[in-house]
Amino acid sequence: MVEKTPILDLLTYIFLALGICIVGFPIFYALIAATLPLEMVSQVPMPLFFGDQFWVNIQAAWQKGNLGTLLLNSFIMASGITFGKICVSMLGAFSIVYFDYRLRSVAFASVFCTLMLPVEVRILPTYEMAANLFSPLQAMVELLHIEALVGWFLQNDIQIRLELSLLDSYPGLILPLVASATCTFLFRQFYLTVPEELCEAAKMDGATPMLFLRKILFPLSKTNIAALVVIEFVYGWNQYLWPLLITTRREMTTAVIGLQHLIPDVDDVPDWNVALAGALIVMLPPVLVVLFMQRWFVKGLVEREK
Amino acid sequence: MIKRAHFKAPLLPYLLIFPQILVTLTFFYWPAVHGIAQSMMISNPFGGRDQWVWFDNFKDLFTDPLYLKSVGITLGFSAATALTALLLGLFIASQANRALRAKAAIRTLLIWPYAVAPAISGILWLFLLHPNYGVVAFFLKRTLGIDWNPILNGTDALVLIIVASAWKQISYNFVFFLAGFQAIPHSLIEAAAMDGAGPTRRFWAIIFPLLSPTLFFLMVMNIIYAFFDTFGVIHTITQGGPGGMTTTLVYKVYKDGFVGLNLGSSAAQSVVLMALIILITVLQFKYVERKVQYAG
Repeated sequence: MVEKTPILDLLTYIFLALGICIVGFPIFYALIAATLPLEMVSQVPMPLFFGDQFWVNIQAAWQKGNLGTLLLNSFIMASGITFGKICVSMLGAFSIVYFDYRLRSVAFASVFCTLMLPVEVRILPTYEMAANLFSPLQAMVELLHIEALVGWFLQNDIQIRLELSLLDSYPGLILPLVASATCTFLFRQFYLTVPEELCEAAKMDGATPMLFLRKILFPLSKTNIAALVVIEFVYGWNQYLWPLLITTRREMTTAVIGLQHLIPDVDDVPDWNVALAGALIVMLPPVLVVLFMQRWFVKGLVEREK
Repeated sequence: MIKRAHFKAPLLPYLLIFPQILVTLTFFYWPAVHGIAQSMMISNPFGGRDQWVWFDNFKDLFTDPLYLKSVGITLGFSAATALTALLLGLFIASQANRALRAKAAIRTLLIWPYAVAPAISGILWLFLLHPNYGVVAFFLKRTLGIDWNPILNGTDALVLIIVASAWKQISYNFVFFLAGFQAIPHSLIEAAAMDGAGPTRRFWAIIFPLLSPTLFFLMVMNIIYAFFDTFGVIHTITQGGPGGMTTTLVYKVYKDGFVGLNLGSSAAQSVVLMALIILITVLQFKYVERKVQYAG
């Protein structure tokens, strides 16, 4: 420190403690509420000590919210997005940085422009697309009057219907979210810092591009990948809008969305202890991931800025 | 940019980029083009042909008092959320940067809310601010005499979603501000102190200007967050109500299009949002270039 000012230092710790309290209070309060029986949680103000009903409430939330199934869905979706995003971006960035080909800049621009199209600005058309993957082909069929053409050719009236739906399926939850400009940029940025000599040496030794990727680039990017795993897992787990659109059946939605059914209405029995127990279960996996992989998480987060 | 040492292969680069292009074409570009086309059409809810109406949907939109109200709410909500999260994040980070002991523990205690989904943050704060059972609502009433009710009162509901959204974002800002603080060379601060600048003066004359790239970046990210990622908070705890006081633009696109099935209007709203995010992205990248010069 520049000056020795004990009062200022003391103030620093007081403010920090205050900040930690503000940040931690909602969770602390929810933890207490989740351990209390119904008649105590509906007292105002609620008693501020831990009860003994934690396990009961957790079980109630687990059953009422069908959390077993929903957590599995969330887990599959989050891991699928994480894995898919990293694979797609790693290969894409490799193609853009390490190859010279005609459509390279077009490919780069098209990846870049996805930054400007988050799912929130194309809600309905993306849903329609996922509801029928062949809808562009269908549109083409209609535009070119292929039906009439084929009908004339076969001397028969026919109807062409192309359909493949992703609604209520894991690919539907995962696929639209695996393309990511930021992730590709991160890999590109990293590849650009890799010394040229490595590639020259590999080429001189006669390594094929894929061997170079596997034996040299991949091992070098391990810390970057670890950072991305944390960020993308949290991102995937916490998705809200897309799973809400793409799933219609209750047992196919994700845990974060399923929680809504646990919140008591104004006229219902105020079983907030169960609702908050459910909320605690659902937030636990990403919080654990962030806490245990904190070093990579901070690195990954800050590096996305560049 | 391309590496000086690179490969030449006729087919492989296309194969490598193919998955990404396929996904972006299917789920980004085609829907975007489709959406833009749809924004100029009125669809027939009973099937049948859509009608091409050019910019009528946009004209209707900008004369619709409900839409204009939603614009106002979104701007107010975003500004309040971003400002709260930024100020608290900056303040806590500045204190954490001063702390000498227990640095790792302090950081751990402050960053985990990043992992909490916005929707869950909404549930936690709804419980704290619930008119009947919330402890904060109870003390508001007892000490300040405020009749707090976010379930019936629109303004209270708006405050509730601002608090819930800002709370989650504090830790994100904290991580970046702390990294920003730590990147400031200590010698500069020591030199200033030697010249007699006090802590406040040092903050405004040295730390703040050096922190401004981070601040700008975070401002953009917080505004994007408040615009787009807070959908979960709103859908979980207020559903846009009461009286439309928490219907932000994104929530309105969802409600009009997905629940109300007013496809043309919803598509037009999407296009407006698209224009907005393009503007934000362009501004951001223009600034990033300036930042590079600044550093060099």
